[in-house]
Amino acid sequence: MQCPKCRAPMHTYNRNGIQIEQCSGCRGIFLDYGELESLTRLEAQWSQSAPPPVPPAAPQAYPAAPQPAWGAPHGGHHYGHHRNKGFGRMLFSS
Amino acid sequence: MTVTALLPELTARAEDIAHTRTPTCPCGATGALADRPDGTVVRHADTVAKAHAPDTDAGELARRLTVSAGLPDVFLPPLGPAPADLHGRLVTFWPYGSPVDPDDPDAAPWEAVGTLLALLHRARLPEAVPKMRGPLKAARAVAGLRAVGDHPAAAPVLRAWAALPAWARAEAPMPRPAALCHGDLHLGQLVRLPEGPWRLIDIDDLGAGTPAWDLARPAAWFACGLLPGEEWTRLLDAYRAAGGTAFGPGDDPWTVLDVPARALTVQTAARTVTKAVTEGRDLDELDRAVVDACRRMAAIPGQLTHKSTK
Ligand SMILES: [Zn+2]
Repeated sequence: MQCPKCRAPMHTYNRNGIQIEQCSGCRGIFLDYGELESLTRLEAQWSQSAPPPVPPAAPQAYPAAPQPAWGAPHGGHHYGHHRNKGFGRMLFSS
Repeated sequence: MTVTALLPELTARAEDIAHTRTPTCPCGATGALADRPDGTVVRHADTVAKAHAPDTDAGELARRLTVSAGLPDVFLPPLGPAPADLHGRLVTFWPYGSPVDPDDPDAAPWEAVGTLLALLHRARLPEAVPKMRGPLKAARAVAGLRAVGDHPAAAPVLRAWAALPAWARAEAPMPRPAALCHGDLHLGQLVRLPEGPWRLIDIDDLGAGTPAWDLARPAAWFACGLLPGEEWTRLLDAYRAAGGTAFGPGDDPWTVLDVPARALTVQTAARTVTKAVTEGRDLDELDRAVVDACRRMAAIPGQLTHKSTK
């Protein structure tokens, strides 16, 4: 997915079940329909704490693949030392 | 017949067939590749014998075998046109192929997964083909979880299951149009003959169904954080390039993947929790990743996620 403003690739983040697209070029954040309302609702729930921080750009060569809203927050080295163990799970029926 | 009696007989059969294929057999590599209730697999040299699950329908297995034999670009070709009967257990014979190397994630054939699935989904759907059994397997995994009793992780998994449409729970027909599907795709289902390209194995769940189901396990791994996005993208790109039919060329794959990927996440979580309870151990970090995904599904019933297919 490309940024509608500067055409740079967009990264998809998942924050508390809300999908956020951030441009890797101009750092602009785009929300799908309904997501602003959800964020506002979350903010109201946690008004005593700071608003959700802007996620840092993930260090990946590929633009982040779209994922469902129930997906895990994906990052550059989320798998890290679990890579081989996680890979092993993909070799068997579950 | 008991499993203890089955193994030596199955081994003897594999040996017989291996010796008809290779006159100079070193008789070195013999062993059980898998010995589970859903199938016992034995290898002798370059021949593999599989005893299918005791409740396997003979007619359906025969049809599945015929279909796989007719798609040599997709499936490892079976040795012999029909299943054999070994004291009431149905047995099929296959050439031995090397599996995906579990110690080398970087060498995983993601492009081959995408291409093989696309070829399978594009294949002509034979009239006399059984149903793809993916949703049934998910339902069985959930039944297994219910059977082991209370566990704190069971509730979110069962909640996510209950929120799925009936077809994904094997309680209604799958959406049409149907395609030929593998039904239980994972990386253990790819092997290759010496110097040969990757091929799919395991025809027990093969049949007519929703093609997105075959992509949904990798999709679930990706969504749960097990599969890096870059590798998931390579799989999807290869599937698209080979003309895969699960979604249209310009479509967002998640419009069709959301429901089956939820179902396979639930299936994986159900098996994982069942196993942990049975073995009397705690969930590890990877186990928790799939249970957490089930928990998040309940919070996102379809408003913020993509529209599911009916
Ligand atoms: Zn031999």
